Amino acid sequence: MVAAAALAEVVTHSAAGAALDIEQVSHAFDIDGAELPVLSDVSISVEPGEFVALLGPSGCGKSTLLRLVAGLDKPKSGTLREDEARITRPHPSRVVVFQDPTLFPWRTVWDNVALGLEAQGILKSQRHRVDAALDLVGLSDFRTAYPHQLSGGMAQRVALARALVNDPKILILDEPLGKLDSLTRITMQAELVSLWQRKGFTTLLVTHDAEEALVLANRVIVFSDRPARVKADIRVDRPYPRHRGDPYLADLRRQILGLLGLDATW
Amino acid sequence: MSTYSLSDGLASGAPRTSRAPVFANWVRESGVGILASFAWIAFGLSCLWWEDVGDWSRTHSLGIAAFIVAAIALFGTVGADYLGSASRALRQRAPWLVALGAFLTLWEVATAKFAWLPLPFFPPPQSIIEVYTDDLPKLLDSVFASVKLQLGGYLIGATVGFLTGVSIGWSRGVGYWVHPVLRFIGPLPATAWLPIAFFTFPSSWSASTFLIALATGFPVTVLTWSGVASVSNAYYDVARTLGAKPSFLVLKVAIPAALPHVFVGLFMGLGSSFAVLVVAEMIGVKAGLGWYLQWAQGWAAYANMYAALIVMSLLCSGAITLLFSIRDRLLVWQKGTVKW
Repeated sequence: MVAAAALAEVVTHSAAGAALDIEQVSHAFDIDGAELPVLSDVSISVEPGEFVALLGPSGCGKSTLLRLVAGLDKPKSGTLREDEARITRPHPSRVVVFQDPTLFPWRTVWDNVALGLEAQGILKSQRHRVDAALDLVGLSDFRTAYPHQLSGGMAQRVALARALVNDPKILILDEPLGKLDSLTRITMQAELVSLWQRKGFTTLLVTHDAEEALVLANRVIVFSDRPARVKADIRVDRPYPRHRGDPYLADLRRQILGLLGLDATW
Repeated sequence: MSTYSLSDGLASGAPRTSRAPVFANWVRESGVGILASFAWIAFGLSCLWWEDVGDWSRTHSLGIAAFIVAAIALFGTVGADYLGSASRALRQRAPWLVALGAFLTLWEVATAKFAWLPLPFFPPPQSIIEVYTDDLPKLLDSVFASVKLQLGGYLIGATVGFLTGVSIGWSRGVGYWVHPVLRFIGPLPATAWLPIAFFTFPSSWSASTFLIALATGFPVTVLTWSGVASVSNAYYDVARTLGAKPSFLVLKVAIPAALPHVFVGLFMGLGSSFAVLVVAEMIGVKAGLGWYLQWAQGWAAYANMYAALIVMSLLCSGAITLLFSIRDRLLVWQKGTVKW
């Protein structure tokens, strides 16, 4: 009953996803004066409401691309657009969930979730949205707890609620499940899919787990080694909920691992 | 042999063991309390039994007071079942009461009764009591003056230090100008400024306030700065993607994250400002506990010095207790903080 009400609450606020255009983006880091290229001429066009997984060897520059999409960094060349508008700085319509929950340890769970609304100066009139987001991730009972009292999975759920309370048009997930144990991970994958289906936001997920990408996403984009280039753009045309044992997915997985140079082991 | 003695022990030992634990328990629970009572009776007797070697007016009252403490310890221990939490507190402190009673007895005997320790450098307890009763107005004035001076200087120093620390930690431009000045002036002991401060400032009170603020400000600045500088970039990234403006990043991210460091600075600043306070009062200001100490020394009034030292220690300890309780309230989110 409470959950249903919470869901209704969130749905009324939900905005459909935004389109994302990444056009010929290249980026490099300056390390001790030397330039280290990390992204090389990456172009990706994401439809509103798509769930796109970015897959690649670790350290290839996927997370850098996410930071560019979030507006935390500016690309050396190329442009990024959200619904035709150029991305130049962070905006709450594009929220990131990082690999570490990075909850603020001095704030309670409720205050952590309220962070975005508070920063935008609309918390006073929108307090119910915080409660709704906490209900949505099933942590209403922990609203007064401090982050150090939470388990890893709970902390990551709070981080998810903190993102969702802003009704993002693009949800950016930077290996959010990477540090969780495998059971919690499977549960949260299912939760992610159902949240995405209900709210319709565009999702970008960085992962290095091919299976996770195939269970969650409509589209899997495979990157090369650094500097990252788009190596393959694979459509995953299967209904949800998906089965890990699905032969179609197993076949795609073999292809993807081949692209990543791991075909010998599988 | 062994089997025989075993069965013998079982047969005859049973009734004895059933009574012994009751007595043993009573001794374990109340023994120290009774001992504390004896220690304080001994102190009372040591006051009244022998004649004083000097002329002190509070010897008799002190003896009576010691007997009262002894009586409280005794009744608190014996009547533990009816007194609840008060007697539990007493039981916890009973070992300290024993030690204190023994120490006071020794002190009394070694000074007032047999003068083993040379007078007047080692005054007996009753002469310190005498200071508290007969010289109270002057002592209270001194306490008030010290607290006023310390509080003013400390609050100014802590505020300025905190604001400076946040500014250096946050802004590169401010850091460029303030950091060298801080490096040049900060490590200098604030007391080194004393001679200059006392003739450049309009009053010795303002000079001392400045010095105390300086002693407080340096550690608070450095630790606030390091606190702000060490805040993880991930916190800023999260806040920025959620729509935070720079003012939000300073007030709601940098400062709360730096607070544990700030409190270390406030603690260190408190310690070094006490030192400056006492020196400033001894040298320039004509009021306060430091001045009282100096004045007492001039008159060879050693009892007054000890009395003032005890008050000073209580005040400093109280100030630190206050600081720690404020910290515990503000930093409830931290785990494993030191209990003061």
